[in-house]
Amino acid sequence: MTQVQGPPPGTTIVEDAPAAASSGRGKGGDKAPRVKMGASRWFREIGWRHLVGVLAVVWALFPVSYLVSASLNPLGNVVTSTLIPQAFSLDNYTKLLDEQPFGTWYRNSIIVCAAVVFVQLFFSALAAFAFSRFRFTGRRGGLLALLLIQMFPQFLAAVALYLMFTDIGAVIPAIGLDTLAGYILMMCGGSLGQVWLIKGFFDSIPMSLDEAAMLDGASHVQVFFRIILPLVRPILAVCGLLVFVGVIGEFLMASIFLRDEGNKTLATGLYGLIDADRSNNLGVFAAGSIMTAIPVVLLFLYLQRFIVGGITAGGVKG
Amino acid sequence: MADPIDSTDTSHRRTRSSRRPGRDDVPAILVKVLLLGIVIGTAVALTPALVGEESWIFLVATWLIALVLVATYATGRALPAKYLVPGTLMLALFVVFPIALTAKTSFTNYGDGTRNDQQTTVDQIVGSSVTRADDSPQYNLTIATDGDPSSGPFTYFLVPQDDPETVYEGTEDGLEEDPGGVTVENGRVTAVDGYTILNIKQISAASDALDEIAIPTESDTFIVRDGTSEAFEGAPTLVYDADADTITDEADDVVYTVQQQGDREYFADETGKRLSDQSWTANVGTRNFNKIFTDSRISSSFIGIFIWTVVFATLSVVGTFLLGLAFAITLNDPRVRGQKIYRALLILPYAIPGFISLLLWSSFYNQDFGLINDITGLNINWFGGSFSAKVAVLLTNLWMGFPYMFLVSTGALQAIPEDLTEAARIDGASGFAGFRRITFPLLLVTVAPLLVATFAFNFNNFGAIYLLTGGGPFSPDNPTAGGTDILISYTYRLAFGAGGVQIGFAAAVSVVLFVITGVIAALQFRATRSLEDVN
Repeated sequence: MTQVQGPPPGTTIVEDAPAAASSGRGKGGDKAPRVKMGASRWFREIGWRHLVGVLAVVWALFPVSYLVSASLNPLGNVVTSTLIPQAFSLDNYTKLLDEQPFGTWYRNSIIVCAAVVFVQLFFSALAAFAFSRFRFTGRRGGLLALLLIQMFPQFLAAVALYLMFTDIGAVIPAIGLDTLAGYILMMCGGSLGQVWLIKGFFDSIPMSLDEAAMLDGASHVQVFFRIILPLVRPILAVCGLLVFVGVIGEFLMASIFLRDEGNKTLATGLYGLIDADRSNNLGVFAAGSIMTAIPVVLLFLYLQRFIVGGITAGGVKG
Repeated sequence: MADPIDSTDTSHRRTRSSRRPGRDDVPAILVKVLLLGIVIGTAVALTPALVGEESWIFLVATWLIALVLVATYATGRALPAKYLVPGTLMLALFVVFPIALTAKTSFTNYGDGTRNDQQTTVDQIVGSSVTRADDSPQYNLTIATDGDPSSGPFTYFLVPQDDPETVYEGTEDGLEEDPGGVTVENGRVTAVDGYTILNIKQISAASDALDEIAIPTESDTFIVRDGTSEAFEGAPTLVYDADADTITDEADDVVYTVQQQGDREYFADETGKRLSDQSWTANVGTRNFNKIFTDSRISSSFIGIFIWTVVFATLSVVGTFLLGLAFAITLNDPRVRGQKIYRALLILPYAIPGFISLLLWSSFYNQDFGLINDITGLNINWFGGSFSAKVAVLLTNLWMGFPYMFLVSTGALQAIPEDLTEAARIDGASGFAGFRRITFPLLLVTVAPLLVATFAFNFNNFGAIYLLTGGGPFSPDNPTAGGTDILISYTYRLAFGAGGVQIGFAAAVSVVLFVITGVIAALQFRATRSLEDVN
């Protein structure tokens, strides 16, 4: 199934193939035995993929390279920044850490991201389970309504949310305006955002698995937590990453909700930095951006083994 | 917060009445009782505060939430609800309710100068006419707040100068004698439990708000402040007649009636001269909506901007999807070495928060020092012309959006059983035919809803336009509609730009955008038929 549990013996698992192919040769289950092929055939079948891949990487990375270069540029302004680093100086990084409350922004962003990702994944998975496994009135309507409501960005209701949290704060100051908890709560309004994606993958898990477990005496709660959830761990990882990236870059609502210096997130903090002086603060801004992007990149690298691979083939056979 | 554990499940008990091992175990029930207890306890604990603040909506909402949670998890019925309630509750509270509030606001003229209701405005107008008589009682005044020293709400603590033993607590609701927790020194309140006392600096900072405070007494007089440390009681020269909805100035017997001036109502005399520039929130029916479609300033640019909005959203989705899918297909071959590395690198743009990418790219288009002109050897003033600015916006969005599509396509491709494509190959379908007939339709089923959602997202992608071009470039003959403005950025500039904040109008714009987005999305779903077999 997944690499975590290891493949069941005697089955060929689709999603193990890439791992096997890239990590070494001669694995028993490898579908494409390494036969010597001619150079032209190799290019026709595989080589061009590398060509496209390299071009794609260049396209994807040139702004990143510029960002890294700008962050290492001791002058730190737009005029002297280049695509390829010309200098290596950590001035911008020390300036950011010494002169700005970067640690506070970082901590706030991590708190917000962790809370929102957890709530959104958990609530979405719960709802997706209901939509996938139960038949009830209003089910189809509910799914379609969900799709429609999600298309209404919270920013369009920003004024209403602002007034609402002003009122809430008058009663419960801990979750009012200008508190991280209030901001997190507001962001949790999107906690059914991943239902469609997760439901699609729940649907691909055969009902026979549930039924077998039920016959063995499992309750529907146990089916959900012990059988379905472990099977969709890959897609949960992908969803979690998408949510994380969306939350860490959320700027509009944060700039409305979080005014206090101690409550700023990376997005509002770094924006304030570059907005103050677009040209000369580029280096410091770039340094902050690099440090912001690093956890996401690490997270992706860590989760890639889940992202690589579907679930269907292994699930049915296993 | 919600408790997903359910161990008393009747629907399955019925089907498998013969055996149900491991059910109704004690720890699970205890946890459930504990969590539901916390829910009810929280509701009970909040009730006094909510009653004190008179926020009846929140009181009802709090108990409604508690009841829904108890009803869902305490009984064994309505199995799907146990899974749907947590997320739906959040959605209802922080998305649907604000949308409803926005829709309600869209029928009012709420905004700068009209933030209060009519009664408050009348009280303020009448209160500001309070004049001192020779025998007016004087008070030593202490201004305090249990909220923020700059915005209030403010409370006056008053000690009559001729009776220093008595203390009054005064708010806009009236006077209360002998409040608790008050320290009096030298005939003046110096400390109050739970309140911050404003110093002179804070009082002058909040003077506009304080000038509007007139505390009604039981004898139809008002107490208003006189400087920072004294207050006096006096009778207003203006009298409000609630039945006739008029204000009469008793000094010269002029009657002020409610009159419509512009999009607001004011109290004005027969000649139309206003008594005060204060207006109030009023229902204006569909006037905000009429304005969107009939105001020549708006409608003249509307069609062009609408078309560009659709083009922008469409090209953004199609471009990113095709690019992402192409990369995904190319790299999905298991024989490609370094797949993981490619994937990790291609996803990197996605790891950079959107606002960073947008600000970074906006510096790329600088004509003299920008990266784009530098690399390509061009000398284009990207944000100078409407067309090149549009190209720049689309190019940026392509870079920002393709990793998501790459991720989703890769995931969807791998969820398609290899057996199917294998079978197609055996049946003689060439690589491309197999892809077009088998892989692509299957893939589309998974990603079509995401494509439509991405379209809707870009349709209202305020951030991209705002951070990249600010809607520009602007032509001299129409300084309100920029070359890259999409509907949301354009109308928000109208609503929050020059001429004061018009929240009612902004809300109407939001409602219109919501409807347009919904209709376009519905049409797309119909066209792709992707929702027909939602099951």
